[in-house]
Amino acid sequence: MLEVKNLHVTVEGKPILKGLDLTVNAGEVHAIMGPNGAGKSTLSAVIAGKDGYEVTEGSILFEGQDVLEMEIEERARAGLLLGFQYPIEIPGVKNIYLLKAALNAARAARGEGEIPAPEFMKLVREKSAEMKMDPSFLQRAVNEGFSGGEKKRNEILQMLVLQPKLAMLDEIDSGLDIDAMKVVAQGVNSLRNADRAILLVTHYQRLLNHIEPDRVHVLVDGRIAKSGDKSLALELESRGYDWVVEESAA
Amino acid sequence: MSAPQRFLERLPARSSDEPSWIAARRQAGAARFEAVGFPTRRDEEWKYTDVRRIAEGDFGLAIHADYDRARFDEQRLALDDAHRLVFVDGRFSAELSELDSLPNGASVEPLSRAIDQDAEAIGGALGRLAGVDFSPFTALSTAFADEGAVIRLAPGTAVEKPIYVVMLSRANDVPVMSHPRMLIMAGANSEATVIEHYYGEAEAANFTNVVTEVLLDRGAIIDHYKLQEASLNDLHVASIHVDQTRDSRFNSFNLNLGGALVRNDLVADLNAEGAETTYNGLFFVQGRQHVDNHTLVNHNAPRTFSNENYKGILDDRAHGVFNGKVYVKRDAQQIEAYQNNANLLLSDRAEIDTKPELVIYADDVKCSHGATTGQLDEEAVYGLRTRGIDEAMARALLTLAFAGEVMEQVKLHVIAERVERAVAGRLPERFNLADLVETAEAVQEV
Repeated sequence: MLEVKNLHVTVEGKPILKGLDLTVNAGEVHAIMGPNGAGKSTLSAVIAGKDGYEVTEGSILFEGQDVLEMEIEERARAGLLLGFQYPIEIPGVKNIYLLKAALNAARAARGEGEIPAPEFMKLVREKSAEMKMDPSFLQRAVNEGFSGGEKKRNEILQMLVLQPKLAMLDEIDSGLDIDAMKVVAQGVNSLRNADRAILLVTHYQRLLNHIEPDRVHVLVDGRIAKSGDKSLALELESRGYDWVVEESAA
Repeated sequence: MSAPQRFLERLPARSSDEPSWIAARRQAGAARFEAVGFPTRRDEEWKYTDVRRIAEGDFGLAIHADYDRARFDEQRLALDDAHRLVFVDGRFSAELSELDSLPNGASVEPLSRAIDQDAEAIGGALGRLAGVDFSPFTALSTAFADEGAVIRLAPGTAVEKPIYVVMLSRANDVPVMSHPRMLIMAGANSEATVIEHYYGEAEAANFTNVVTEVLLDRGAIIDHYKLQEASLNDLHVASIHVDQTRDSRFNSFNLNLGGALVRNDLVADLNAEGAETTYNGLFFVQGRQHVDNHTLVNHNAPRTFSNENYKGILDDRAHGVFNGKVYVKRDAQQIEAYQNNANLLLSDRAEIDTKPELVIYADDVKCSHGATTGQLDEEAVYGLRTRGIDEAMARALLTLAFAGEVMEQVKLHVIAERVERAVAGRLPERFNLADLVETAEAVQEV
């Protein structure tokens, strides 16, 4: 589904990713871990098309399409969605406006008509309930005045409504207490299916107790230094990152 | 012939039965207008607004009030239980008006009738706040004063349903002018919502010069909505004058979407303790529309309160003006006055001239003011795009949201909905924002 090859990215002239390779198949959950400053967030930001990241070499293919040639909104419509570490506040735009406009944009891209209002209302109410969000959140401006936990739940709510093919979640666990983490993890787990892939970017292993990954990658200095199954995450939890850093330097 | 003379030529012959005070007042208005003429941009108050399109125009007076009933019903606000007074190009339409169910103590009638039947009460009030020296346009209005809406509330009267005054503008063969007056006299502890609604036929190209006077006695509360959706060729000049005594409240919503050339003056005098006034304003202009809002709050007494929030959205080569003055008299201690003006420029060629002014002669006051002009938040545009919403749609949504802050204060749902839809509708149709608004409303109602 996602194929990243030899990806080199610079930010303000400074190399951050230095030849990253990653393949994610449908049905899989991948976790990208690594020490601070390794480039974890850069990877998801580049895939989502954030400004200020220059790809100097390499490629990103999503279902065979060249992601780097796609507009930001085209990526989302194709099913590539990023949940932000710091969700963006959108002043005055009601959550429900965003959800409906986004859903209809994706439907239009697939050649489908707009979602009928009753169906849409049922959908958003159901998904809000799953995220334990009061329906009044739908009338509030996107992330405006939300607590950290509410913002993260709102990111997952968007995923539940938009049903992306590849959900990328950047540090979705940061700033969450244990109850909020459970709600968020439940939301993410409900997205798991054979046709969808999930990419978790996280510094800490604790999220992975709630969302079990199929593959764990350690990003060190702009490259994947080590990959393994979920046991690798546990090893990182007990041993820290230093040994991987040393191993990769050797 | 000078421009003022050309306008005054149109003065109709008056019946000799009319009360002498009204004749004298009209004469004073005409004399003043002839002496001062139309304002030019050399006048400080008119620095950014060129009224030559009015001064050089040739406008007749409407002779009848015919308007297609079906079209009227289709365009008006869906306020089926409102008390309604309708004017067509300044002429009263009894046919389209609806005044059956007014509560005791409330009277709503056309000015022509009020002058006939209760000359004394009207004579004491009409023109008291809007003097002929306020502006050349109030002088012109006074010269022609013969029609409009008179709303009187006896002490303690609460009118639950809105009082809906409609001013229609027709696409006439020859452009016409109208000089309607609004006179609202709210007795002690009375309460009402008054709507002035301007709209009409898309091809209309008339000149409307309206003067509104609002007198609030002790404890009276008036919510005043002005919804201006005139045709894009209409010329519209208006002034609203408010006089507030103790503990009275005036809430103004000044919502301007239409008109080629629009000037609004809004003046409130807070004359006794506890008087409170709120100015909410929104305008959205496109093409070459020009909207000028001049507001003034006079804090003449201690412990009076004002809060003003004006927002403008300007696209294409539209031009907006905001001049907001707050004046605090020497002994008006412990007043609070807040003012904010925010403008959103959707095009490089749109222009806004904004000038907030605080003039304070008291020393124990809480005042703030601010003006911002900017483009849309690019981070927010990006945030929407990452959810699959294209850039133009993202900008449309954010524009709607910008207007939303003022619209949230609107208590009348039909007006909020109308304006939201109008704003959404002016953004490209394919976005179907009107449908979004509807959905949000439906979800809320469930």
